[in-house]
Amino acid sequence: MLDSAAELLRLQENGDLTAVEITEKSLSAIESSEKSINAFTHVAAEKAIETARRVDAKRAAGEPLGPLAGIPVAVKDVLCTSDMPTTCSSRMLKDFLPPYDATVVEKLRVADAVIIGKTNMDEFAMGASTETSAFGVTRNPWDTDRTPGGSSGGAAACVAAGNVPLSLGSDTGGSIRQPAAFCGITGLKPTYGRVSRYGLVAFASSLDQVGPMAWSVPDVALLLQAIAGFEPRDSTSLNQYVPNYSEILQTTDLRGLKIGILSESSETEALDPAIRKAVQDAGEVFRSCGAELVEVNLPHSEYWVPTYYVIAPCEASSNLSRYDGAHYGHRTESIDTGSEHGPLVSAYCRSRDEGFGAEVKRRIMVGTYALSEGYADKYYNQALKVRRLIKGDFDNAFTQCDLLLGPVTPSPAFRIGEKVDDPIQMYLCDLFTVGANLAGLPAISLPGGSDSKGLPIGIQLQAPVLEESRLLFAAGAFQTATDHHKQRPQPLTETK
Amino acid sequence: MSKHEITTIIGLEVHVQLKTKTKLFCSCSAAFGAPPNTQVCPVCLGLPGALPVMNEEAIELAIRAGLAINCSIPPMTKWDRKQYFYPDLPKGYQISQFDLPICADGYLEITDPEDPDSIRHIGIIRAHLEEDAGKSMHDEQTGKSDTRIDLNRCGTPLLEIVSQPDLRSAAEVKEYLTQLKLILTHLDVSDCEMQEGSLRVDANVNLHIRFDGKKIATPIVEVKNMNSFRAVERALEYEIERQYADWEVDGLTIEDNPKTTRGWDDVKERTFVQREKEESADYRYFPDPDLLPIRIPAERVEELRQSLGELPRETFARLQSQHGLKPYDADVIVNQGPAMIAYYERVSELSGDAKRASSWIQQDVMRTLKDRDVSIDDFLVTSVQLGELLKRVSDGQLDNTRARDVFSYLLEKESTVEQAIAALGIEQVDSSEIDALCQALLDANPAVVDDVRGGKVQAVGSLIGQAKKKNPNANPQQVRETLLRLIGK
Repeated sequence: MLDSAAELLRLQENGDLTAVEITEKSLSAIESSEKSINAFTHVAAEKAIETARRVDAKRAAGEPLGPLAGIPVAVKDVLCTSDMPTTCSSRMLKDFLPPYDATVVEKLRVADAVIIGKTNMDEFAMGASTETSAFGVTRNPWDTDRTPGGSSGGAAACVAAGNVPLSLGSDTGGSIRQPAAFCGITGLKPTYGRVSRYGLVAFASSLDQVGPMAWSVPDVALLLQAIAGFEPRDSTSLNQYVPNYSEILQTTDLRGLKIGILSESSETEALDPAIRKAVQDAGEVFRSCGAELVEVNLPHSEYWVPTYYVIAPCEASSNLSRYDGAHYGHRTESIDTGSEHGPLVSAYCRSRDEGFGAEVKRRIMVGTYALSEGYADKYYNQALKVRRLIKGDFDNAFTQCDLLLGPVTPSPAFRIGEKVDDPIQMYLCDLFTVGANLAGLPAISLPGGSDSKGLPIGIQLQAPVLEESRLLFAAGAFQTATDHHKQRPQPLTETK
Repeated sequence: MSKHEITTIIGLEVHVQLKTKTKLFCSCSAAFGAPPNTQVCPVCLGLPGALPVMNEEAIELAIRAGLAINCSIPPMTKWDRKQYFYPDLPKGYQISQFDLPICADGYLEITDPEDPDSIRHIGIIRAHLEEDAGKSMHDEQTGKSDTRIDLNRCGTPLLEIVSQPDLRSAAEVKEYLTQLKLILTHLDVSDCEMQEGSLRVDANVNLHIRFDGKKIATPIVEVKNMNSFRAVERALEYEIERQYADWEVDGLTIEDNPKTTRGWDDVKERTFVQREKEESADYRYFPDPDLLPIRIPAERVEELRQSLGELPRETFARLQSQHGLKPYDADVIVNQGPAMIAYYERVSELSGDAKRASSWIQQDVMRTLKDRDVSIDDFLVTSVQLGELLKRVSDGQLDNTRARDVFSYLLEKESTVEQAIAALGIEQVDSSEIDALCQALLDANPAVVDDVRGGKVQAVGSLIGQAKKKNPNANPQQVRETLLRLIGK
């Protein structure tokens, strides 16, 4: 019922369902699954009903309605909302209420969407399991002993649990695509600059993008349409035409399209055999739709993760400097006035020590180190050079093909607690996803089957800059030809 | 002061606040003096999720300033983050420029204070743009050292101009700052008001002392907290003496203590130690990923160069070559700014007497401006009126005294020069009338006639005074000439 925004729009237009009814269903679905999965940091029940009422009134009055009218949308808690707390799942911002809306949130409101609440995430979007959240782990609706992935774990889980048809995530190194894969849904990371970052609390500014998550490609296209576009308040926003993303869906004819298969990623030992098989099967689906498969190389792909784990922490260490307890956010109550560095430094140290969790601290330390005098050339500046090589690899590959096909993750959803104490294992979850962030490319994660335990498997398509339409076109064809995106987890029982 | 040969080495870091309407990265007003924390927004407060957007006007002002101080403007520049923690820096970093400043490698010409006829070139290493921090106000009166923070200033655009260590005395520093302020105010790039903080100076100073045939360098001291040009001059004079005196006692050199920071105490008139050992701070500069690099096409630089017009130093030269002014006089007029220069040139042209125009402006006009605390733009005697008045003096129609009467009249009442002359009852006196007046005086004063005939020409002076009393309109010059003619000298 709550798994298709397109269907909900149609039902409202036909007068079969009101926005208030949809919102009530969404809220009750959340209420019944939240104890099991903990997908939300904040549920704005009253405000959501209020918004839904306005939508129904507008419809009754025959006023024009936005493209997401009456559709419940969950927003990752990394996006600023002027009427709900914005915590980034951090103790540091536990009580932070921004005085403004992120651009994408403004756009949701303009589109008459019903913002249902804020979703749980890894603290400041740092993590691949939602286990670093200060407000408890989110569980995977397919198997509540497993993580939903991260950092947009709550955003993926609430869609998979049938709470909402649409949610907004953010993707710095795979944070939309990996949880989408773990939760069996579709998630798209747009081209860097396609969607405004204004009001997206920065983790790594040169990599962060906001993107849509939903069960199916048409719903992803619908939400992308609502949030994409140039915005002068974000200097890195691209001033480029936004095509109609829904226009070319509903086809299975991919003749003339060349899809590149990455020889490196399909050969890596880290890859789970079931996922390797799912990628091969997907290739066959594309071939059966008329696409041509070609093998391509990205010679520097082994440097993706190390490059990412220098650049992202460097930017994070700087972006997170503002959380010092002086102006807003967590401030320690035990300033050591006798500290040898003085009370001010003590206030900084203790506020940050108490406010940040272990993973955030680890990345701040790594980034601070890698930017320090004498080390910046060896790490940060070197990483920037490698990043240019990585971009060059993609440019080359896209002279030979139109899209790249590969896995999203090395394995399906892992168990809660399995990797949380092993940062390197956790970082390797990003093996196949960080390339698109480093190169600024759009990429989509699609349900591509399941493993022997019934856990969802994702496949990934990557496209050249600003070719979201091409991604959605091929992904739409794939979903027209397959039923993977129609699989649903067992309903959640309230006790777990 | 010294038994040794000493060279003073001074380099300056000058921060000027650019006169943009809005801040460097947001649309908040950059005006001075608003109530605390009223000119702020999510961007300049550094709130989570807020992003900077560059102010084009600041780029333009920086390029204009850079061109005026003979800098080159590179085709590409960028923004970097300079990272440190302080409560008046809400983002935990300052957006600045590290390795690609918007202006580089220039110089400023100053008049050598030791020799007004020669010019010194002071090298400028770079000038870069950056956002200002807020203000911490430490309230020690409450007894618990309460600190309050005003973030209005956060994000206002600064241009930091770094000189080579080419300055050799406090007087040169004062001249450098005067010239810099002159240029930047002339271009309307900055107000350059030290009291309001729109111009701030940090000076690095040490001495090179010849000793035993070797050159010894004293530790470098960065002097801060100077809030007027006078304070800068006095602080440096003090610091130069102190460094020599200390070296004579302790013999410490730059190797013993590379750099300390001292503040200037304006009341006690001395510098005091602020930071003993300068720790080399690691600001972890890196390119700001929220902002794009700035491309500056050569054509745009050329356009801005053309728009600069005549710069103060060029006017200074032209006033000498074209108007025949002495360097001192040209300097005084140029230092008054563009409006005064225009005023002077008009008066000079209309009166046909460049030097008379200069001396009247420097004395009568500037004194009146100062007494009445008005600017030349609001001055009651227009350049046309003064030009006309001085033309009459040059033509011998008026003497200086009568001209001053007219000037005073014009200051009080709105009227033309002609009306003023009429109102004051000033008339041109007929030469036959002067002849008669002079003959009468000579007849009454035979002693004077004898004195003049005996060679004491100056003796006629007393008769000129008497003539003036009998007829205030008599032109003293004309009276003098008539007297001498009648004596037959």
